[in-house]
Amino acid sequence: MDEEYDVVVLGTGLTECILSGLLSVEGKKVLHMDRNEYYGGDSASLNLTQLYRKFRPDQPPPSELGRDRDYAIDLVPKFIIATGELTKILVHTEVTRYLEFKQIAGSYVYRDGRISKVPSTEMEAVKSPLMGLFEKRRAKKFFEFLQNWKDDDPTTHQGLDLDRDSMKTVYEKFGLEAGTQDFIGHAMALYLDDDYITKPARPAYDRIILYTSSMARFGKSPYIYPLYGLGELPQSFARLSAIYGGTYMLDKPVDEIITDGNGNFAGVRSGSETVKAKQVIGDPSYFGAGKESSDGKIRVIEDGKVVRAICILKHPIPGTEDSDSCQIIIPQNQVGRRNDIYIAMVSSTHNVCAKDVHVAIVSTIVETSTPELEIQPGLNLLGAIYDKFVTISPLFTPTSPGTADNIYITRSYDATSHFETVVDDVHDVFKRVTGKDLVLKKRDVEVQE
Amino acid sequence: MSKQYQFKLVLLGESAVGKSSLVLRFVKDQFDDYRESTIGAAFLTQTVTLDDQSTVKFEIWDTAGQERYKSLAPMYYRNANCAVVVYDITQTASLEKAKTWIRELQRQADPSIVIALCGNKLDLAERRQVSQEEAQKYAEEEGLMWTETSAKSGEGVQEIFTAIAKKLPLTAPPSARAGVPRPGTRTGVDLGKQQGGTPGQQEPCNC
Repeated sequence: MDEEYDVVVLGTGLTECILSGLLSVEGKKVLHMDRNEYYGGDSASLNLTQLYRKFRPDQPPPSELGRDRDYAIDLVPKFIIATGELTKILVHTEVTRYLEFKQIAGSYVYRDGRISKVPSTEMEAVKSPLMGLFEKRRAKKFFEFLQNWKDDDPTTHQGLDLDRDSMKTVYEKFGLEAGTQDFIGHAMALYLDDDYITKPARPAYDRIILYTSSMARFGKSPYIYPLYGLGELPQSFARLSAIYGGTYMLDKPVDEIITDGNGNFAGVRSGSETVKAKQVIGDPSYFGAGKESSDGKIRVIEDGKVVRAICILKHPIPGTEDSDSCQIIIPQNQVGRRNDIYIAMVSSTHNVCAKDVHVAIVSTIVETSTPELEIQPGLNLLGAIYDKFVTISPLFTPTSPGTADNIYITRSYDATSHFETVVDDVHDVFKRVTGKDLVLKKRDVEVQE
Repeated sequence: MSKQYQFKLVLLGESAVGKSSLVLRFVKDQFDDYRESTIGAAFLTQTVTLDDQSTVKFEIWDTAGQERYKSLAPMYYRNANCAVVVYDITQTASLEKAKTWIRELQRQADPSIVIALCGNKLDLAERRQVSQEEAQKYAEEEGLMWTETSAKSGEGVQEIFTAIAKKLPLTAPPSARAGVPRPGTRTGVDLGKQQGGTPGQQEPCNC
C-alpha cells in the first residue's frame, strides 16, 4: 500500500465499480478497497451464509433452502431497463462478455385490489382490463402523439410544448381518465409520486419513450437481469478495472480519511498502513454516513429512507401466471400513500436461488415511523412468506461536490426500480473527478479467434 | 462436420509464477522476459484440435492481478470447466500457494472441474526448489493433472493444454452437461445487437 495512486476508491458498489473501471481505462492508477470480504457493497448479491450472517448472526441458514452456492440474493431491488444508459455502458465497455442476461418475464400494476399485466403487445393491450374500450382509443392517440413527436417539426406538436406545458395539460388534451394517468405516470414513466404532473412534460415524455422502447427491445417486459444476480455487475466492472491495472483489496478496513492542513484529501489509513492518492471516491458509508467524520466535517446528509423486505417464497406470486420473474407496482393512490410500493421478483431461472424458490423484494420510500406496516399492501400480494429480511436504509447525499477538497462521494441506491439514477451519478462524479464529460468509446481489446 | 466445443479455463497461482506468460506462449507462441504484471490481457481464446478432428476452444480468464489481495470475484470461478494452477519450481512457497488455490477451487467451483497443476520455469531447473516427486505425489493424492512447463522455451505448454482438452468430457455438449448456460451457448438476451431491435417480434407498446 506504500505506492501513490491517482484515485483511491472506497466501496465496491456498482457506482464505484463503474467509475473504477472507466477511470482505469482512462489510464488512471486506481486502488479500490472494500471493508467487506465480498464485492458489491450495498448493491451486492449474497449467498445464504452471507445473508443470514448479515441479518441473523445467531442463526444458520435452514438446510431445506438447499445449497449455499445456488443463492445470490440482491440487497437492492433493481432491474436493468433494456434501452437505458446502463445498457449503453455495459455494451461500450464490453463487460457484457463476463455477463449473461435474461428478460424479466412481466411487469404488473395493482388496481382496485388486483394486479394486471402492463401490456407488452398490441394484442395484450386490446385484452387488458386496465382501460375501457373508449379509453383505449384515447390512450392510443396519446401514445401515437408521443411516438411521432419530433422537436423540429411543429406539425407533430398538436399545439403542445413539452418544455412549457405540464403533463397535466398533455393528459387533458387527450382526455385521459385519472386511472389511466395513474397507469402511465407510475407503471410506465415509473414516477414514485405525483409531483411530476404539474411540472413541464418533457421528462415524463422521455421516461415513457424509454419504457416503450425498452419494452419493444426484447418483448415481455422492459427489463433485463444478469444471471447470478445484480452483484455480477460490480464484479464485471471491477474486472475491467483490474485488467487496466486497477488494484483490488477486499476485506480491508478503512479507518481514516486523511486530509492536509487545508482540509484537502491526502490519503486513506487502514490499520497502520497509509496510502496516498490525489483523489478519493467512495460510497457514503465511508464518509460518516450522516455523522461527523473524524475531522468534524459532515460530508453526507440523510435525504429520506427506503424500507426493503427481502422475502423468500416457495411459490410464484399469485396472479402472475406463474411468472419466473416480475415487477409489480402499487401506485400510491391505490393504497392512500404518497409514494409507490414496488415488488421485484426473480427465481432460479436467473440462477439466484434453488429450484422452486422465488425471491421477492418489496420496497417503498418511508413515510411514517412504522415502515414495516407501509409495505404490508405489497406483502399481502405474495402469498405465504417462508422467510423475510427487512432493512430500513437511509438515503445519503453528499454535502459538497468534492471539487474543492478532492473528496467525491457517491449517492445511496434509491427507491427507483432501475439503474438510470445510478448512471446519472456515475456521469456526474466522472465529470467532477476528471473535469470532462464521460464519452463512451469502444476500448481496444485483444480478442483472438 | 467435426465437432466444436467451448470451455472456460481459469488461471490461478501466486503473482509472478508466470500465469500470463504461459497463456501468451500457448495463444501467441511468444515470450517476453520483462513482462509486467498483467495489464490489458483481457480475454484470450485458443483452439486445440484433437485426433478425431474435433476442436476445443478455450476461453481463457487471467486473474488480472485480482489474486493478490484476496479479491478474486466469485464471477471468476463461475462455470469454469478447467483450471490451470501454476507454481514456480524455483519457489517452494509458490507450491504451497497453489495448494491453497486448489482448495479454493474445490470449495467454489463446479465439482466436475478439471484441474491441472503446472510447475513453470522449467528453464531455471538448476535453481529448482520443488522436486518433481513432491508435486506429482500431491497431484495424485488430489486427483489432479500435473506437468512441468517453461513458458520461456515453450516446453510442455502446448502439451498441457492439449491434455486438458482431451480430459474434458466431450460426450455431451457443454451446455447440456451441467445444465448451466455459458458463453457460446447463450440462452439469454444479446445486448450487443443494439440497433434495429429484434426483427419480426414485438411492436412498441400501443396500450
